[in-house]
Amino acid sequence: MVQPTGISKSLTGISGFDDLTLGGLPTGRPTLVCGSAGCGKTLFATTFLIHGARDLGEPGVFVTFEERPSDIAANVASLGFDVEALVAADKLSFEHIEIDPNELAEIGDYDLEGLFLRLELAIDSIGAKRVVLDTIESLFSAFSNPAILRAEIRRLFDWLKDRGMTTVITAERGDGTLTRQGLEEYVSDCVILLDHRAENQISTRRMRIVKYRGTAHGTNEYPFLIDEDGFSVLPVSSLGLDHLVFDEHIASGVPDLDAMLSKGGFHRGSSILVSGVAGSGKSSLAASFIGASAERGERSIYFSFEESEGQTVRNMRSIGIDLAPMLKQKLVRHVAARPTFYSLEMHLAVMIREIQRFDPSSSCSTRSRHSWKAVTGSKCSPCCCAWSISSRAAALRPSSPI
Amino acid sequence: MTTESSNARKLTLYVAGQTPKSLTAIANLKKITEEHMPGQYEIEVIDLRENPKLAKEHSIVAIPTLVRSLPVPIRRIIGDLSDVEKVLVSLKVQGE
Repeated sequence: MVQPTGISKSLTGISGFDDLTLGGLPTGRPTLVCGSAGCGKTLFATTFLIHGARDLGEPGVFVTFEERPSDIAANVASLGFDVEALVAADKLSFEHIEIDPNELAEIGDYDLEGLFLRLELAIDSIGAKRVVLDTIESLFSAFSNPAILRAEIRRLFDWLKDRGMTTVITAERGDGTLTRQGLEEYVSDCVILLDHRAENQISTRRMRIVKYRGTAHGTNEYPFLIDEDGFSVLPVSSLGLDHLVFDEHIASGVPDLDAMLSKGGFHRGSSILVSGVAGSGKSSLAASFIGASAERGERSIYFSFEESEGQTVRNMRSIGIDLAPMLKQKLVRHVAARPTFYSLEMHLAVMIREIQRFDPSSSCSTRSRHSWKAVTGSKCSPCCCAWSISSRAAALRPSSPI
Repeated sequence: MTTESSNARKLTLYVAGQTPKSLTAIANLKKITEEHMPGQYEIEVIDLRENPKLAKEHSIVAIPTLVRSLPVPIRRIIGDLSDVEKVLVSLKVQGE
């Protein structure tokens, strides 16, 4: 990637995030990831570290002040991260800083040189390039002298920078400030704010890059997703309007309709909106389109917001379209989710992920006015009571058809 | 104070190099033990800069740290031990 700004960046391995930041986190500098409890800070940091150790040849040190290393390993095991193997291969090292304030008395002046020495040893023993500090503010509950701690944490950041460590620091969000101590955000070169909120009982995760010294970055709030595949960001509002355009036409699956359209079908890579009242045949038209794609040997994905897979198969069989063998041959993938299951952005994130995973050449999504309303929670005009067929999700993933 | 001296008592002071804080702590500890508890404690000074592995093994974060490993319960004091009274209170064995 061309870096006109001169800042080098380190990939995080978090899909979407690396696009958003034009290459990842600042190499050799500290990045703060802040947010309230349960918003994914530790997962972000862990993904960054493991991706570096496993895929990029950059060993990492995980300094944990809260969770035990075995807990962290267990937490990310479900995402396919084999932490123990990486530790055994000297690509990953854990440093558990445990302080019990109850058995501690403070008498006179001190510093945190012990922490530095431990970190230095851990870094040198595996040749680390990446460091995670999770969560450094725990020190403030262990030690009672904030002046010493602030000076030492400042020194730690400088020290990590001098050593060229790409560092992720996590911090709990304070009251009206990014962090509780109001310190980390000033000494970090990049600040990422994670947010988990519930509106109308529907939860959405969003992230924002608050600052990123020395480089351009997306500044909007972007939805992100934590699921069985880990952490992924959806740079939805940073998408350009420059997707590929195709001259080819593809059949709609209804010969008479194809005859009405100028060149025998829809443009490949276009979005088609089909609108109509209940029972006018919107879903049937979608199924015809899917059937025609399958006949050509192209994969399709069908997003349903009202009917389950079994329902769709049964109902479409009544008009002579048998989706069951197509589903079996993996020519069609059916994804059903109730509108209220996620927020609107999250539905979009899930759709993008499904499309990337299945790599179809066409996709359908069916939704009624009712369900649309449930998703947005706002008024909608009758014209969006429809389902749309977008033959190939070219806007999302501009590449040549399969 | 007749039987205590036969009991095992151990103090370990962790320092990192010849920094002013470390030197102050060593001097203070020497002074306190000589003046207030002569011969009661076995004292060891560990320089973690020479032996950084021990920092992890013994969970040392702050420097200087004084650990009274015997008698139990373990007591930890961090700082340069500049307040003699406080050090004595912290090191006081129950029942004395």
